[in-house]
Amino acid sequence: MHNINPQNAISIRNLQKTYANGHQALKGIDLDVQENDFFALLGPNGAGKSTIIGIISTLVRATSGSIQVFGQDVATHVYETKLSLGVVPQEINFSQFEKVGDIVMTQAGYYGLRGALARERTEKYLRKLDLWEKRDNRSRMLSGGMKRRLMIARALVHEPRLLILDEPTAGVDIELRRSMWEFLQELNRNGTTIILTTHYLEEAENLCRNIAIINQGQIVENTSMRKLLGKLARQTLVFDTCEELTLTPDFNDPDIECLRIDSHSFEVSMSTSRDINGLFSVLSGQGILIKAMRNKTNRLEELFLSSLKNQ
Amino acid sequence: MLANHKYIAFETILIKEIRRFTRIWLQTLVPPAITIGLYFLIFGNLIGRRIGEMGGYNYIDFIVPGLIMMAVIQNAYANVSSSFFSNKFQRCIEEILVSPVPNYVILLGFVAGGVARGFAVGLIVTIMSLFFTSLHIEHVFLTLFVVLLTSVVFSLAGFINALYANTFDDISIIPTFVLTPLIYLGGVFYSIELLPAFGQWISALNPVLYMVNTFRYGILGTSDVNIFWALFLLMLFSAGLFVTALYLLRRGTGLRQ
Repeated sequence: MHNINPQNAISIRNLQKTYANGHQALKGIDLDVQENDFFALLGPNGAGKSTIIGIISTLVRATSGSIQVFGQDVATHVYETKLSLGVVPQEINFSQFEKVGDIVMTQAGYYGLRGALARERTEKYLRKLDLWEKRDNRSRMLSGGMKRRLMIARALVHEPRLLILDEPTAGVDIELRRSMWEFLQELNRNGTTIILTTHYLEEAENLCRNIAIINQGQIVENTSMRKLLGKLARQTLVFDTCEELTLTPDFNDPDIECLRIDSHSFEVSMSTSRDINGLFSVLSGQGILIKAMRNKTNRLEELFLSSLKNQ
Repeated sequence: MLANHKYIAFETILIKEIRRFTRIWLQTLVPPAITIGLYFLIFGNLIGRRIGEMGGYNYIDFIVPGLIMMAVIQNAYANVSSSFFSNKFQRCIEEILVSPVPNYVILLGFVAGGVARGFAVGLIVTIMSLFFTSLHIEHVFLTLFVVLLTSVVFSLAGFINALYANTFDDISIIPTFVLTPLIYLGGVFYSIELLPAFGQWISALNPVLYMVNTFRYGILGTSDVNIFWALFLLMLFSAGLFVTALYLLRRGTGLRQ
């Protein structure tokens, strides 16, 4: 467990990066992530997410600007900042010929852990990520999802205060993705600050409290998930009926658009400011019994696209 | 980073390196044993009998130190260049780069791995040589010290090669076009006294000559070069290559964008 102080886990100021080929990946980023936050960094491919992570983890050199991790500058307090940081990269980056257990034990050694403590941590995180039974297998024998979990176990072996995950669930099946979400939520509850980049907007919406959207090397949105979702003007609800629909329901309201999908379902589009109780009154009045209801649109996806469009 | 943690990190890299070359022993430990064994058999035993003496010793006795040193040089170099480049290629070098391990510990760890393989292969080849000749070591500590220095020099050279390499071809060019000619012309198979004055002068520019001769002095007690001068040069090469490799590592050459 870590002490929870109201300080920033990450403070980025005027961060710029121009690669040797002249491509300007970051055009002056300012970003704060509070300690104990679960933070989403979203953006299309090539937006600059991985470059930011690369600079925080010192794999990429910034052209200008500064980064502080828990109040300490990455450039001048290399040891302290690296010790408090765990990184799960987008690409698989462990030896394909090493055994699973050896990969995690070796990483422990890089952080000055060995013997019983290193073995204990290795077992703890391999068990938590359901890899303990695979500890003697060569890493190339693991499935794609297992390889991703191995990178998470490896990043956690020194128990960092800040964990950065670059698209950790890419290519992972739904069941496994949900178990990884639960694990990350538990980790966050125990005090680890988590920064996540993902293409699955549903993932960011479910897990993260705060969010930044980056596009073409600039932050275009930086707010709480609640506030961002609050900006959504309209929502579309899908209703499944108990009995066959003879007519499309009529709500007699210019703000509500109703569309029949098939004999047992229809969708309703309306502004988010309205409550939905009124819908059920109208439907009951027309003798339509509802079996199930769900939100059709991926709300965050809509906002994400509009943020990129408005830039 | 605490000194104790640095030591653990160094030990971790070294163990990982030893685990690597022992895991693929068929590629790392067996081939030099077979190649050098054939040299012993063909050049030392079969052809050597007709050559007679070299530098006052039976030909096989004369070439044994050079052949052992050749195996040490090639394997120390190959271990670090292929291991470090493979780490770069698979991107697992990032495991170390994101950790708090200082650059000089990373360098020392990989060099120690090269030295370990140099010693392992040197020992195997030395044992093999006992099937062809009786080996008597004149100066044990000097012999071991020269193997250590030579392994360090070529491990560092292999490290620098791997830093600059972008493809697997890049780590085979230097051994093929630079290392092999230097070794073969470095007095492994002959005494430079056989060469004309100009040839001797050219040979004096070859660093391998000093390694082979100092090692030969350690085993046989005879050398074509001044031992103290040779040891000084070896230490100078080690220091120069270490500083260069560390500078490149700090600059992030071939590693950080």
